[in-house]
Amino acid sequence: MAHSTNDGAAATISITVEFTGGLEILFSNERKHNITLPARLDDASQPTIAYLLQHLVDNLMKDDRKELFIMEDNVRPGILVLINDADWELEGEENYELQQGDNIVFVSTLHGG
Amino acid sequence: MASVEDTCASLRAQISATEAHLAGLKRDLAEAEKVAHSARPTNDHENAPNCTDTETGTGRWPLLKEEYKRYGRQMIVSQLGLEGQLKLRSARVLLVGAGGLGCPAAQYLAGAGVGTIGLIDGDTVESSNLHRQVLHRTKNVGKYKVDSAIEALRELNPHPTYIPHRTHLTPEDAPAIFANYDFILDCTDNPATRYLISDTAVLLGKTLVSASALRTEGQLMVLNNPPRPPGDPEGGPCYRCVFPKPPPADSVVSCADGGILGPVVGTMGVLQALEAIKVITTPSPDNSSSTPKRESPSLLIFSAYSNPQFRSIRLRARRANCAVCSGDASVTLDTIRSGSTDYVFFCGSATLPSLLAPRERISPKAYREKHSQPTNLEKSIMIDVRDKAQFGICNLENSINVPISNILASRANPSQAELPPWVPAELASSESKDPIYVVCRLGNDSQIAVQKLKELGLDQNGQRYIGDIQGGFRAWREQVDPDWPEY
Repeated sequence: MAHSTNDGAAATISITVEFTGGLEILFSNERKHNITLPARLDDASQPTIAYLLQHLVDNLMKDDRKELFIMEDNVRPGILVLINDADWELEGEENYELQQGDNIVFVSTLHGG
Repeated sequence: MASVEDTCASLRAQISATEAHLAGLKRDLAEAEKVAHSARPTNDHENAPNCTDTETGTGRWPLLKEEYKRYGRQMIVSQLGLEGQLKLRSARVLLVGAGGLGCPAAQYLAGAGVGTIGLIDGDTVESSNLHRQVLHRTKNVGKYKVDSAIEALRELNPHPTYIPHRTHLTPEDAPAIFANYDFILDCTDNPATRYLISDTAVLLGKTLVSASALRTEGQLMVLNNPPRPPGDPEGGPCYRCVFPKPPPADSVVSCADGGILGPVVGTMGVLQALEAIKVITTPSPDNSSSTPKRESPSLLIFSAYSNPQFRSIRLRARRANCAVCSGDASVTLDTIRSGSTDYVFFCGSATLPSLLAPRERISPKAYREKHSQPTNLEKSIMIDVRDKAQFGICNLENSINVPISNILASRANPSQAELPPWVPAELASSESKDPIYVVCRLGNDSQIAVQKLKELGLDQNGQRYIGDIQGGFRAWREQVDPDWPEY
């Protein structure tokens, strides 16, 4: 039942995903990636950040060191997730439903000084 | 909203902090009087006024004649004004760390006329610091960083009182030291100290400017701003609100391992000084007709090779269950001082176990003895797993560069059908039995690489030797080639 009910609805959404603070090393040393996701999942729900995390691990991450990105099904401690330049905790964390054009940034904290 | 117990606890904390503050002030006064006394006969700055004697400026004008000239260019900026200058002069700022962040931050705060500047650092100056730690001079290599820094700061501005703390910050001493200051700058380089600084600053009601940098990037946050007692949701978030759990110890990279560009960390240190000046000189609410609009908490991210280079991220407010700044906090000044809040345990340590068996490792000396004749040399293969930039600085003749990042970045191929693209032809050949040696900077990555090569079956089920040079090029320099560059 994936037919569109209004004009703007598309079968897919495009978002940008950025990695910084050294995380880009895990993603082919590319900081910025354009990602296309289905607008609706099999159960008719919208893709969330949790879905995106799994998608990135399964499809974008070439590096074996998953534990440097994901721990216990969530981003590992020391990584901030930013949704359109705001801390994801202001937006509902992993349950945030992704919108067309969203900019998601993963920032690893730095400790040097 | 806070319960009576919370209020009592907060008041108790404030009383003990104030008492510690008073004790510190007395100590400072004694120290400053000693300094002033011993400095007077040898003071050769012609116009340098007595640093501690601000009374000479009273009467008609609140500042000294020299101070009007010195600070004039910043005082005529409307955000600062005379009021701001006087606030700077009465401010006491502690910088934890006199390195890449602390040097530029201290330089600008001293230049701006902050009245009391404390520096805490137990390290001494090394020549590998000089490209970025801009207060230290070549002649001061080996000297305590805080002494080296204060020497330069005094030349820049003799007015402020400078207080050296020649020690690393410890949980036992942190509350007593912080109590002597109004504002704290975190210019350190490791997670355990960052949590300690934030916790202590929150519990003593100090605003904290925290920054960090690595390679080409930096991050900056103003925390506990405004500073409110634990449990007051109006207070700004603390380091634990943003990062309730520390990163795994083995994901933490230091400037010594990862590298750092001087102007990158310098930028962050300068921004710390700027944020400190902004916080110190904020007009007090009762002085202005309307309460000043409070900036919402944010994280500034600097990335030298990205466009745009700066971006500002809106951060969350205080965390309702924060271990330090919430109503049901578990961390108190007592748990910090007593050690029951264990920062080293909390953050863990990345002690790399020896991954390889002794027979898989060879010391540089033994390797050199075994392969001293050129004919023998040709029969072994040396793989250097340092990154390309390091390989470019110095490398062994005939060694092959396979950066560890390439090795780790490739997914293990479950089919085993083909080798990953980074495997050089010399290793892929199933005919050759030439031993393979792996070397890196310190002897850690080389062990990981040996394991990876074996996983790929390149040891031909044990018929081909694969091992690492124990201790890497550091040991190589010590045992074989003293001319090998140390970087």
